[in-house]
Formats: sequence, structure tokens, C-alpha cells
Amino acid sequence: MHTIIAVNHLNKTYASGFHALKEVSVQIEQGEILALLGPNGAGKTTLISIICGIVTPSSGTVTIEGHDIIDEYREARHLVGLVPQELTTDAFETVWNTVSFSRGLFGYGRNNAHIEKTLKSLSLWDKKDNMIMSLSGGMKRRVMIAKALSHEPRILFLDEPTAGVDVELRQDMWQLVRTLRESGVTIILTTHYIEEAEEMADRIGIISNGNLLLVENKAELMHKLGKKQLTLQLQDRLAALPTTLNHHNLELTENGTELVYTYHSKQDRTGITTLLADLAAADIRFHDLYTTQSSLEEIFVSLVKKPA
Amino acid sequence: MNLYAAKAIYTFEMARTWRTLAQSIVSPVISTSLYFVVFGAAIGSRINQIEGVSYGAFLVPGVIMLSLLTQSISNASFGIYFPKFIGTIYEILSAPISPLEIVLGYVGAAASKSTLLGLIILGTASIFVDVRIAHPFSMLAFLLLTAVTFSLLGFIIGIVANNFEQLQIVPLLIVTPLVFLGGSFYSISMLPPFWQTVTLFNPVVYLISGFRWSFYEISDVSIGMSLAMASGFLLAFLCVVVWIFRTGYRLKV
Repeated sequence: MHTIIAVNHLNKTYASGFHALKEVSVQIEQGEILALLGPNGAGKTTLISIICGIVTPSSGTVTIEGHDIIDEYREARHLVGLVPQELTTDAFETVWNTVSFSRGLFGYGRNNAHIEKTLKSLSLWDKKDNMIMSLSGGMKRRVMIAKALSHEPRILFLDEPTAGVDVELRQDMWQLVRTLRESGVTIILTTHYIEEAEEMADRIGIISNGNLLLVENKAELMHKLGKKQLTLQLQDRLAALPTTLNHHNLELTENGTELVYTYHSKQDRTGITTLLADLAAADIRFHDLYTTQSSLEEIFVSLVKKPA
Repeated sequence: MNLYAAKAIYTFEMARTWRTLAQSIVSPVISTSLYFVVFGAAIGSRINQIEGVSYGAFLVPGVIMLSLLTQSISNASFGIYFPKFIGTIYEILSAPISPLEIVLGYVGAAASKSTLLGLIILGTASIFVDVRIAHPFSMLAFLLLTAVTFSLLGFIIGIVANNFEQLQIVPLLIVTPLVFLGGSFYSISMLPPFWQTVTLFNPVVYLISGFRWSFYEISDVSIGMSLAMASGFLLAFLCVVVWIFRTGYRLKV
């Protein structure tokens, strides 16, 4: 894998004293979709804003394809497109003009064919001569994406791309992200919808309180997701596990009144049948049982609730 | 050098001018025409010549300067303040553009616009009064120098301003009095000696004096002094702009 963005020990303290990012380090691989998940105010937008040059870091470094974002900002920024969270558009401009303007800003001459292709891929072609103020919120969001894609960036930042958009547009957006990824664009998106991260991402990073708590493969997270626990509430308290049950990887909890068996629901054999048979053989009776599954949501909540 | 970016900003700003034609061009032209009707024709006919120039003609450089200064400031300050206000500034900040290119785009457009306006007013004035330009190149040089210098000042104000009121305050409370008291409508030699000295602290005096010299070869201060002062302002404002971009003041957090 080739690292396209390297963030090292990034800190940001705003003038108000608010410590928005704390020692954040992350390597973003070329061609991946990385979802940054976190509650409001966690530091997602600050991180993106620093990488894109809108906010100055207090300390730490960021390089994009080896170019430092401050010393070699031109080379670095050429590679990046940003779709911010807020719908900030020039109300009186036409769609075509505003997208052409963005292309110019990034140092490229006219390329009508590219802009036409971009507008068509975002279903904006028939709106190209409309003033932005006449468009719906969803359409404005598309215009912002078109602006970010106007200079053919290799990295695209989408800051909460689906906040406040309807289901249909959200599906379109996801499709667009997939298409972009297929063409080799690296995508970093922030979201607080877990399902979105699950749907889209190759890797998921969780930010809370300015700390990047983890960055993990979605597959690995899903593996954790697949973990289930069977809890048996015993009729009689057990002082210790009988040795005949040792190989089952059981845990005796709640002062000896509960047995917890951890297994993987996606395995062919969960081992529950033999466990129950062995329990009956050891004459351990239980009056109730239940299973629990850790969801991404639970992992997320347990991570972000942990005091930083 | 990302000239495409400077051009994109310039084109965008000029497009805004055409879109707001009434506000940008027509209204200054009408208000200056009123000056000539009132001061030039109505009152001016009862005022003696000033240093051999009819009062109406004497007014022309001052009236052009008044519009040039206020329009340069308001165009440039609005041009950069508005993206800050609505948030589209994110795109400028995240694009591979150097401060020089940003300034070229915004200040270049504001200066072009006010120079154009100055020339339109000059054209309008020549309908009402007999305008004679002794040194056309010097006249153009002063026009451009002033337009660029005060567009830079406007750019600074636009960056520093936190709201629309602050945006208006400098042109309204500082620039307009300085222009009125800077000899737009009278020769400084008409003032008592004490006030003549005080007036020399008014930077606008040098601009108007130099500009008027280009027309009628009459001036309150020497042309060299005028040129030096005008260049001095340009340099001073440039330094402030460089400092703003070095520190990211009010642009980045």
C-alpha cells in the first residue's frame, strides 16, 4: 500500500483555548475510503480543515504525497478536493460558472469537456445555466461536489456529505463515491451515521474529544461485530468452574451466578450444543439465558465514553 | 505562479460588477453629475476662478478622487468580506494560491472597476464643464496609483471587518471627511495659515493636489511630494497585506 496522506502528531488549540485535536497521527492509503466517525465537536472537521489548509495546526505535520501542506502547499493542494459541511455557495452565480471558477482557482485552464462530464455525472447538466440560489439543498450539495471535482483531484474530502439529504440522494452519493474510488480517487469522509461508515468505508477511524481513538479495517471491526456472548444465569452459585468445562473458554461472573460463553456467530460450529451437553453432564442447571452481540454502535459508544 | 487563479478571481469580481451595474456604475455617475449641476453650474457660476481655472473645472479632479477613493475601498472591502461572510472563502483558502495571486485578483478587479468609474466620471464631467488635461500620462498614473492603493486599503478593511457596519465605518467616517477636507472643493491656499498646516497632515491632500496638477498645472503641494506620498501609502498598505497573509490574521483560525 502507498501512503498518500501522512498526519503526524497533529495538535490544534483554538484561540479560545479549546484543544480540538490531540496528538493525532494517521496514515491514509492511496485509493481507500476512510470514514471518520465521531460525535459533533469531536474534531473531524478541524482535522480535515487543517489538511486542506483552512485551519493552521498548532503543532505537528501533514504531508500529501510527500509534500508538506505548509512548505509545499501548492503541490499538496493540487491533489485535494474539499466538499465542506456547510452549503456555502455564491447564490447569484450559475452552476457552470461556479464550477469553472473552482477549476481556475486550482490553476487549470478551461476544460469544458471535463466540466461537462462532472456535471453530467452529478445529474447537474440540465441545471448548468441556473443560478445556484434557485436550486434545492440537495442540488446545491451536488454543486459543491462538482466544484471539488473540477480540478480532477486525487484525494477527495467529504465533510458530512449526507447530513440532511434525502434517502435517494444519499444512495446517489454513495454510488458516486464508489465510482470515484474505482477511478483511483482516495476518499476521506466524515459522518456520524454509523451505517454510512459501514456501507462505504474500507477503514474506519473513530474520533472523540480530539483524540483519534482507533483506525481499523472495517473487516476487522466487523469481525468484532460478529462476536457474541451467551450468558447463562445459574440456579445455584458456583464457587469455581468444574475442570471438565475448562476447554470451553467460559467465564464465571456475577459472583458465580452467571456463566459467560464467548463465540463467533459467523463460525460454522459455535460450540453451543456441546457446551450445553457438557453443562448437563456436570449437572449445572440454569434458569435463564440470553445472547448479546456487540454492534459497531456499541464499540463506538464504549470508545467515545471512555474518559480521554 | 498560479495566474489562472488570479484570473478566476478577477473575472468573478468583474462579473459581479456587471451584475450589479446600477449600484456599481450608474449610481456614482448620477451622484457626481449632481455635484456638477449644483456646485459647477448653479453655485459655481457665482464663484470666482481659482488660480485661473473656473470653479466647475477646478472641481473635476476632486470629484473624481472622491469617487475613486470611496469606490476603491468599498469594492475591494466588499469583494473579500462577502466570501468571508457567506463562507465561500474556504475555497480560496484551500486552493493552491499564493497571497500575491489573491491580492492580484481582488485588488486588481477593484482597482480596474474604480479606474473605469473614474474615467466615466471624467467623461460625464466634460459634458458639464470645460475640462483640460495638461499631463494625460501623469493623470492616468495618479488615477491608477490611487485606485490600487485604496483598493489595497479596502482589501485590508474587508479582512479586518467582523460585520457590515465595520465595513462601512472607514469609508464613511474617515475617508469621506478626509476627501472633503483635503481640497476636493477648494484650494488649500484659501484657508487660514494654521489650517493650511493642519491640512498637510491629511494624506488625501497629496493625492488630490497631484491629480489636479495633471489637469491644470496648479497644485497645493509639489508634484514630486504628491507622487512620493501616494507611493508611500501604496507601500504601507502592501506591508499590512503581507503581514496579514504571513500571520493568517482574521483569515484562518
